[in-house]
Amino acid sequence: MSVPSPSSSPSSAQPPVGSAVVRRAPRLAPDAIIELAHGSGGRAMRTLIEDVFVSAFDNPGLAAMEDQALLGLAALASQGDRLAFTTDSYVVDPLFFPGGDIGTLAVAGTVNDLAVGGARPLYLSCSVVLEEGLPVSTLRRVVESMRRTALAAGVSIVTGDTKVVERGSADKLFINTAGIGVVPHQVSISQAHAQPGDVVVVNGRLGDHGTAILIARNQLSLQSDVASDCQPLNGLVAAMLAACPKIHCLRDATRGGVATVLNEFAHGSNVAIRIRESAIPLREEVKGACEILGLDPLYLANEGKLVAVVPPAAAAAVLAAMRSHPAGEHAAIIGEVGEEPAGIVIMDSVFGGQRVVDMLVGEQLPRIC
Amino acid sequence: MKYMDEFRDPVKAQALSQQIRALVRCIPRARQRPLQIMEVCGGHTHSIFRYGIQQLLPDEVEFIHGPGCPVCVLPMGRVDDCVALAQRPEVIFTTFGDAMRVPGSSKSLLAAKAGGADVRMVYSPLDALQIARANPDREVIFFGLGFETTMPSTAMTVLEAARAGIRNFSLFCNHITIIPTIKAILDSPDMHLDGFLGPGHVSMVIGTRPYRFIAQHYHKPITIAGFEPLDVLHSVWMVLQQLVEGRCEVENQYGRIVPEQGNAQALGAIREVFELREFFEWRGLGSIDHSGVRMRAAYAQYDAERRFPVPNLKIADPRACQCGEVLKGVIKPHECKVFGTACTPQMPLGSLMVSSEGACAAYYNYGRIHGAGAPRRQPAFASAQPGSPA
Repeated sequence: MSVPSPSSSPSSAQPPVGSAVVRRAPRLAPDAIIELAHGSGGRAMRTLIEDVFVSAFDNPGLAAMEDQALLGLAALASQGDRLAFTTDSYVVDPLFFPGGDIGTLAVAGTVNDLAVGGARPLYLSCSVVLEEGLPVSTLRRVVESMRRTALAAGVSIVTGDTKVVERGSADKLFINTAGIGVVPHQVSISQAHAQPGDVVVVNGRLGDHGTAILIARNQLSLQSDVASDCQPLNGLVAAMLAACPKIHCLRDATRGGVATVLNEFAHGSNVAIRIRESAIPLREEVKGACEILGLDPLYLANEGKLVAVVPPAAAAAVLAAMRSHPAGEHAAIIGEVGEEPAGIVIMDSVFGGQRVVDMLVGEQLPRIC
Repeated sequence: MKYMDEFRDPVKAQALSQQIRALVRCIPRARQRPLQIMEVCGGHTHSIFRYGIQQLLPDEVEFIHGPGCPVCVLPMGRVDDCVALAQRPEVIFTTFGDAMRVPGSSKSLLAAKAGGADVRMVYSPLDALQIARANPDREVIFFGLGFETTMPSTAMTVLEAARAGIRNFSLFCNHITIIPTIKAILDSPDMHLDGFLGPGHVSMVIGTRPYRFIAQHYHKPITIAGFEPLDVLHSVWMVLQQLVEGRCEVENQYGRIVPEQGNAQALGAIREVFELREFFEWRGLGSIDHSGVRMRAAYAQYDAERRFPVPNLKIADPRACQCGEVLKGVIKPHECKVFGTACTPQMPLGSLMVSSEGACAAYYNYGRIHGAGAPRRQPAFASAQPGSPA
């Protein structure tokens, strides 16, 4: 099969009968910017989708360019007995930060929401809202991060959508991803399953993402090499479930941090959760930034951290499985589940006192005094 | 951070806790009623709750959480003034983060921001000055609040604006001073305090001498305290030691930061830019003479109160609120009529419920530890003090 070259003479341009013409997809110029036309449904939009998204995500479902992806039921059913389905929208300022960008977040976040339900994440959608004037090169960088993260997580991005809004109507780039996964037969994870005696585990140092974003916004004149912990956790969760299929609760500690997840567990299971401040893994840099700003690392956002509640008999095995996985190298047991006071999270301070670790009422704001 | 850890050593904390128990046994009046030590500064309140310091003290010693959280004592009328300034179309209103949630009579700065006002959170007044440089066609107002701790940096920023000739920057000055407020609390007839923990960072600026009247005229011991948990415990021990020995002095536990004479450069900047107001309105405490500062006429160009119309309405605290009695230690937060019912962290009526370090918000959280199986002892929840309403 030959592709007509631009230098071909008109007489030789006639394609041979029975062979398809392979048309090279039009490419966007390296310095192109997003225009309203890229969302108009016409040729410009098709060029954007083919050149930026289809070529990067590169899978047959997407390349078919249909309005929907078709997923075989038999293959899904062979992996478990329930579908897990989730969606999340991603807005972050700045778009790029040490350790990741909005693209890494958009894939890892949705993969993690599936994984912490015990599901094996399989398929993602990718819907973007672009602000007129966004450099296409910026979009390419983000899409490349999505491609890389999806590859690492073993998921395919099989359908998508693109909208362009006028300059000023959105901040550069918003992404929504939805995801589908399959939950294996014996797995049953819920925030309502914590039982007195259970052990609370985290997979590593807390607050890295929140700190990296604060510092990347450059409002603090602080310098640090703290990078976001943004990463897919499905591999880690698979290893944990292999060590203990009966994990009781599992949740990724994103906005609101570990404190919020613990409160959800305590409330959802009507139990008390008691954690030890001295057991909480933290980087010195994160501790330092929190000291300076009067922030509490328990409430800082993470993008690659989870909290698990496991039966005491399985705690050692789960911890060992976590520590032997790259995403759980610094895993630690941080506390236990008790009966009373039900619905409350209490922390034993490093100093020997105790305090309640409550849900945040609003946004965590730096203290003045 | 290693340096910090030394001041959070649980073994030393236990040893100090034992020594404090031994001291208390030597103070006869502790057998009639708990000894009340007021921590004046919000930073101390924060440490006390964050580290659970109260639980390391015997039942006979309790903290009274004083008026030292500048956000907590901000009157509603001033928040309304902030909102009015922030809603001016030409204005970029800059503020420290935790002032954004304080409710005014109709809304907070956060709500004003959501409604379209250009309100920006900054970490330092110099950030506000930077915003003014970057937006020459806008008026940038910095919401200056806090005690002598934050006053020097605000004063320096005004001096820098004057030096650099930046004309679109001004200060909405709500700085307050600690000494007249302590005096007002000491003059209050329903006060039962036995001693004070003095504010560490304020004292770094003003030194230790301004507190002498507390010891000399009111015969109360005071210890200038650091903010790490061992600092706080050690300072309590020092106050009790004075009580045991019958002394009333100004002692300095925070000597590594606080010089006796204060910081001359910082005091110089404050004196250059600010002068005392005749009185200033405090949330919960009412009007206190000479307890606030305003900008001197020489810096009128940088004074938002002179440059813009400010409603300056006096809005009474909600009638049901007993913030003032809590601030003076007359009642405990949970003894307030609206505590936990009409006033909660989600829907705060009083300012002490607003900030997560406000005494009421802290009690609201802390009280919930008390289920069966939780530690029983909570001296802060001891029976009502004399003088508190039934």
